[in-house]
Amino acid sequence: MRSIVPAAVTLAVIAVVFILAPHLYGNRSLLFSMMTFAALAQGLNLLYGFTGYLPFGYVGFFGTGAYTTSLLVLHSHLPVLVCVLAGGIAAIVVGVILGPLLRLSGAYFSIANLAASQILYNIFSNQDLASVTGGPYGLKIDQVYNPTASYYTMLVILLLATGLAAHFRFSRFGMALRAMNQDPTSASMAGIDVVRERLIVWLISAAIAGLAGGAYAWNLSVFYPDAVFTLQISVFAIVFALFGGVGTVIGPVIGAVVLYTLYNAVGISAPQYFEFIYGLLIVVLVLFLPNGLMSLLARRGIRVI
Amino acid sequence: MSSDPLLALDGVVKRFGGLTALDGVSFTVAPGEILGLVGPNGSGKTTAINVISGVYHADGGSVTFCGQRIDRLPRFRRVPLGINRTFQVPKPFHAMTVRENVEVAAYFGAHVPVDVDAVLEEIELAPHADDLAGGLTVNQQKRLDLGRALATQPKLLLVDEIGAGLNPGELNVIAGLLSKLAARGIALVVVEHLLDFLNRIANRVMVLSAGRMLFEGTLQDASRNPDVVAAFIGG
Repeated sequence: MRSIVPAAVTLAVIAVVFILAPHLYGNRSLLFSMMTFAALAQGLNLLYGFTGYLPFGYVGFFGTGAYTTSLLVLHSHLPVLVCVLAGGIAAIVVGVILGPLLRLSGAYFSIANLAASQILYNIFSNQDLASVTGGPYGLKIDQVYNPTASYYTMLVILLLATGLAAHFRFSRFGMALRAMNQDPTSASMAGIDVVRERLIVWLISAAIAGLAGGAYAWNLSVFYPDAVFTLQISVFAIVFALFGGVGTVIGPVIGAVVLYTLYNAVGISAPQYFEFIYGLLIVVLVLFLPNGLMSLLARRGIRVI
Repeated sequence: MSSDPLLALDGVVKRFGGLTALDGVSFTVAPGEILGLVGPNGSGKTTAINVISGVYHADGGSVTFCGQRIDRLPRFRRVPLGINRTFQVPKPFHAMTVRENVEVAAYFGAHVPVDVDAVLEEIELAPHADDLAGGLTVNQQKRLDLGRALATQPKLLLVDEIGAGLNPGELNVIAGLLSKLAARGIALVVVEHLLDFLNRIANRVMVLSAGRMLFEGTLQDASRNPDVVAAFIGG
């Protein structure tokens, strides 16, 4: 019960910040992208922070969601929100198909997952499927273009992902996840169905990326396959989550807000130094702050949610 | 107490590639009984425990628990039936507190509410309840392993070399604890190299050698059996 209050406060703060932000700052598309990366960092945190599986191909779910949503908008008369929801479901389906990857561990899992995302990219961008997916030319759904509605949809997805992180952190289910992460054999001897719980988290994490992809496609309304399948999206989600602190509720969101702001500041003022500064930052992070910003607080005895 | 065995192995075979670790092993364990499992290194003692607890699946034969075939069940399904174990090298959840280690097993592994404090008292770790398990001594981690198992309310407890590395005082504590559990009706299968320790607690021993059963009976008789002596010190 103690944990419900801080979790609710966290969700409320995120909601208020992103509801007020467009009134205080004009660049809405930047705010939208920031939320997208916060949602992705949080979705990735659900898997990596709580099971230790690092999905380098996380973008595969994002792209799948973007394409599913767009294709449904084009070929069905369903409301856009239902199409976004379908993007999440499609990501779950892909997650089920890729489920056997969970038999791998460590770097092997990450690499196999990266390969899987490239396969998805090659399917969606394939010239021979251009009549269905638009192939390398991408898709256009500008008939439903609505920056305001898609903005709030992404906010809801971010809040959903953060609420799930709070659930993972404080529930009995989360206790099982922590136990599995530390010793899967002992966890199974504690009566935990390790394979099932891990699959559930994997599918939830996939769904968040799929939903985010759907809302992202809606917001852009025109996109090329590269835009929703670029490896950079996976890398950003990973770096942002790590920078904030994985396994925490608020860390990935803070990480995304801080680093994405920096990314834009450097990218606009000194684009020639961008890669240098970002690379340096990652090196410093790995060397001196491997557990993220939140660990700075935890080290000082401050209880971190 | 009924005479039906709690656990029955019948012709259990387990192979690892070309190596037959268990070659037709059969035995039974009754409730409240302490069965010692002894034999040279590599004789299949730990493999037997792994097959019973579900860490490995048997390649042949059957494992029956409370009259039910369990050899195809995944291990997390054997736990609520009443099977649990400790590990030769203790495997606690290092970044969780001692209390959480026991709690997680009580919550997921037992079908009745479990008094976690009572378990902590029993394994004499109550003063360390809020310490991280990773910071405990090996001796304490062994007791925590036992506590995690006890929290699931087992009917059968498989104990893998819990005595190794403990000093005589610590051994006494463990021996007392295991005897107390048996007196409560829990069956124990104890793998142990420390024969003095086993002699104090076991009703009966089974001697394994190269995956086969060499002898079954009291420890005193085992030490007089020429096959057993040959297996241990070489013919």
